[in-house]
Amino acid sequence: MKYTYFPGCSLERNAAAYHISTLAVTQALGMELVEVEDWNCCGATEYVSLNLTASYALIARNLAQAAKNTETRELVAPCSACYLNLRKCDHYMAQSPALAEKVNQALAAGGLAYQGGTLRVRHLLDVIVSDIGCDAVAAKVTRPLKGLRIVPYYGCMIVRPGYAGQTAFDNVEQPTTLDTLLTALGAEVVPFSLKAACCGGHMTQISEATGFELIRRLVKAATDGGADLIAALCPMCQLNLDAFQGPMNKHCKTNYHMPVLYFTQLLGLALGMDAKPLGIGSELVDARPALAKIGVAVPLAEPAAAPKKPKRDDKSLPMPRMSGV
Amino acid sequence: MIERPRVGVYICHCGSNIAGVVDVAEVAQWAGGLPNVVISRDYKFMCSSLGQELIEKDIQESGVNRVVVASCSPHLHEPTFRNACARAGLNPYLFEMANIREQDSWVTSDKLEATKKAKALVAAAVSRVAHQDALNSLFVPIDPNVLVVGGGVTGIQAALEIANSGHQVYLVEREPSLGGHMAQFDKTFPTLDCSACILTPKMFDAGNHKNIQLLTWSEVEKVEGYIGNFTVTIRKRARYVDESKCNGCGVCQEKCPTKVVDEVFEAGLGYRKAVYVPFPQAVPKFPVIDRENCTFFKKGVCKICQKVCPTGAIDYEQQDTLMTVKVGNIILATGYDLFDARRIPQYGFGRLPNVFTSLEFERMTNAAGPTGGKVVMRDGVTQPKSVAIIHCVGSRDRNYHNYCSAICCMQSLKFAHLVGEKTGADVYQCYIDIRTPAKAYDEFYQRIIKEGVHFVRGKVAEVTDAARGPEEAGKTIVQVEDTLIGKQRRIPVDMVVLSAGLQARADAKEVGKKFGISCSADAWFIEKHPKLDPVATMTDGVFVAGACQGPKDIPASVAQGAAAAARVLSIIGQGQIEIEAATAIVDEESCVGCKECIASCPYTAIEFLEDKQKAHVVEALCKGCGTCVGTCLSKSIKLRHFTDEQLVAEMIGAMQTMKSFETVEV
Repeated sequence: MKYTYFPGCSLERNAAAYHISTLAVTQALGMELVEVEDWNCCGATEYVSLNLTASYALIARNLAQAAKNTETRELVAPCSACYLNLRKCDHYMAQSPALAEKVNQALAAGGLAYQGGTLRVRHLLDVIVSDIGCDAVAAKVTRPLKGLRIVPYYGCMIVRPGYAGQTAFDNVEQPTTLDTLLTALGAEVVPFSLKAACCGGHMTQISEATGFELIRRLVKAATDGGADLIAALCPMCQLNLDAFQGPMNKHCKTNYHMPVLYFTQLLGLALGMDAKPLGIGSELVDARPALAKIGVAVPLAEPAAAPKKPKRDDKSLPMPRMSGV
Repeated sequence: MIERPRVGVYICHCGSNIAGVVDVAEVAQWAGGLPNVVISRDYKFMCSSLGQELIEKDIQESGVNRVVVASCSPHLHEPTFRNACARAGLNPYLFEMANIREQDSWVTSDKLEATKKAKALVAAAVSRVAHQDALNSLFVPIDPNVLVVGGGVTGIQAALEIANSGHQVYLVEREPSLGGHMAQFDKTFPTLDCSACILTPKMFDAGNHKNIQLLTWSEVEKVEGYIGNFTVTIRKRARYVDESKCNGCGVCQEKCPTKVVDEVFEAGLGYRKAVYVPFPQAVPKFPVIDRENCTFFKKGVCKICQKVCPTGAIDYEQQDTLMTVKVGNIILATGYDLFDARRIPQYGFGRLPNVFTSLEFERMTNAAGPTGGKVVMRDGVTQPKSVAIIHCVGSRDRNYHNYCSAICCMQSLKFAHLVGEKTGADVYQCYIDIRTPAKAYDEFYQRIIKEGVHFVRGKVAEVTDAARGPEEAGKTIVQVEDTLIGKQRRIPVDMVVLSAGLQARADAKEVGKKFGISCSADAWFIEKHPKLDPVATMTDGVFVAGACQGPKDIPASVAQGAAAAARVLSIIGQGQIEIEAATAIVDEESCVGCKECIASCPYTAIEFLEDKQKAHVVEALCKGCGTCVGTCLSKSIKLRHFTDEQLVAEMIGAMQTMKSFETVEV
């Protein structure tokens, strides 16, 4: 099956592991992903709140680029924010001729145009569960995740686009598709009430205490549930729970250790792939103790070389002081 | 010989309802100049005796032979004026009504425009009435037997009222016993009297009444006929217990080795056997074998019940039987279903062990229920120290049901009292509004407030087990915005009760279709008039009562059961009933027998005459809706009182008038 693929900025940086594991597992499942040519940022969560029309134009440019691939109308995004933005823009352009006209005026400057409804924007999880199907996935499992207790964590964005006339692919409050997929992989799914709760988004940058509290709740609930690790499907969620788990522990005076992997990484392991090509080892909260349960050894990542301090040149001149503005 | 039409026109002021906007005197004077009009008057209240006498006098003394009254909707007073005509010796179908209130004065603010519109409507009626024909109504005899469908408290009440008056009642109940939802409850609000104590005597009376034939474990399969003359086919499902032999000793139930969760009577909170009577006071006392779960029916071996039965009443060979009864009237009292709280996953029912539905809780508090009346958590032993009751689960919620379920506030207050009485636990009521509108209800609310129950005004966002700190550990946490203090609250409790709303029976639409009545968008049965005819339906002879018509508590349901019985008795008392003469008629000359009309008729009023190969309208069934007229390909069906000629005349009357105004303005 063919899909147009929109990786998004995160997958080129902090979520590189999500990118490479996505490419590895989709290939193994017989999906053909064709990356959108010359794509740009989706605007993440902030831009929409600043300038609606301009942000829709930004997103629509990606839709217009994606629509150039005439072999399929399915556009798949692994990042929940990209997925939500692309789908929202497609929906509102189809609903509002006034918005579509303005956006298309902007796109025309680059010789592009997009008609709402042309593409079907979907999340990677939806595609794997609905198009490939959990039974087909289960048939390909060679290393069942037996004995691994996993929390299925969806985050708040993936389940939201339930616009009138369209339904989200899963229940908004208590989604179940990832549960079903993980069960098909042989894992033990931990009942988790905070499945669709917010990870904090960018709160750590705005109000540390608020952001850390949101992260703490999730990590605490997963630990209380006796989970070995959390399966995530959004780069933002993974970043918050993984990279900010240490600072959160420090702030809250707690000592949690809850690894967070992308569901594609777990899927890859179940399909018999090695850990390294799936990007495992790049997470900050060490997943090795958990993965040892299923006999997966993860080679230690080479410690990144400490950035060289620029040599101080005594002859250098002082920088001018900035006063006032 | 066709008499020359002599039309009398009467413009009603309706106090200031019409006269406040329409210049009635001007309309009356103007109408006097219309063709065929011999008398034109305006009068303060045409529906008063004096107003009616005005019409009668003109018919008798001035030779008026067609009458037009311009007043309110025909729904209200068409029968009034038709009767006035009839009293004066004029055929009532030579009367026509122009609605200048609902369709004019109430919806038009500009006085000049309103007066113009009134003229147009009057002209239309005057033009139409000249083409109307005298019609004779049909009278059909009434079979005095009555069918009551549903053996809950409403159906029981209706059946008893009719049976006590000496008429035969067939009382059909789908479940093995009478009792309905009321039999599941322990206490009833606001008096807290014992539900079983007030219900079981009625159940016993209904089960033993000489005029009531009780058909439990049965369902209505087919309904044919019309008011006064229904033929109803009832399927009596096999009980596998011979009622003529069984003495109700209960040994079979005791010895049966198969235990299953009772999803119906115990609301999923308790067990029953594969051969069972749902509860000790069941009427009739005979058990049924649940074929799905019975080991003998599943595997071919067991037969323990047969071995232990002292009277040899177990009969595995029993088959469903179909019986046909003739009745003149039908009362539907089929009740409600509880809203399925699993549809709101954030409230955790089915996921979090200590979240219960209201019906589960009713069974829990019932002394004859699965816990013997103890309020305990899902482990079956631990008493809760704190309980939250969530109102409006599935009701007043645009994601589920927009309507208010009417009983949940009072039910929740009752629960709060019972929890306090039985456990002393802290009780939190999370409500949107407290609605206590009936007699002694608000006093009950005041009493519960005094008992120290915490009231939190706010719609609960979620119920979760994800504890944020040690004070929440192991608890079920209710997250709610307390809108009175303007703060988000997290209330950790041991038990949560969801006051789930009422919804129409899952098969209500199907049942409605079977009996020829319609359902609202929410699938409640639609009554004929919400205020003035609340238990009748648009299908004569079919009545609705209780919660199948909309959410209702016990007093209102019982009142409706009795009201429906009274309506039925009044019809039986008349002996025969007049049928509206505005029915369709087939011109057999041109009918080609294509049967299109038969498929189109919503009242199954058209039959096919096999010998003539022609369609034929059964007048007693026809409601005069005209669907067949539009469907007929050979234009062979005419609707009496709504003929093309009459309708065209009406339109021409209105349009000519409107046109004349245009010319004047130019």
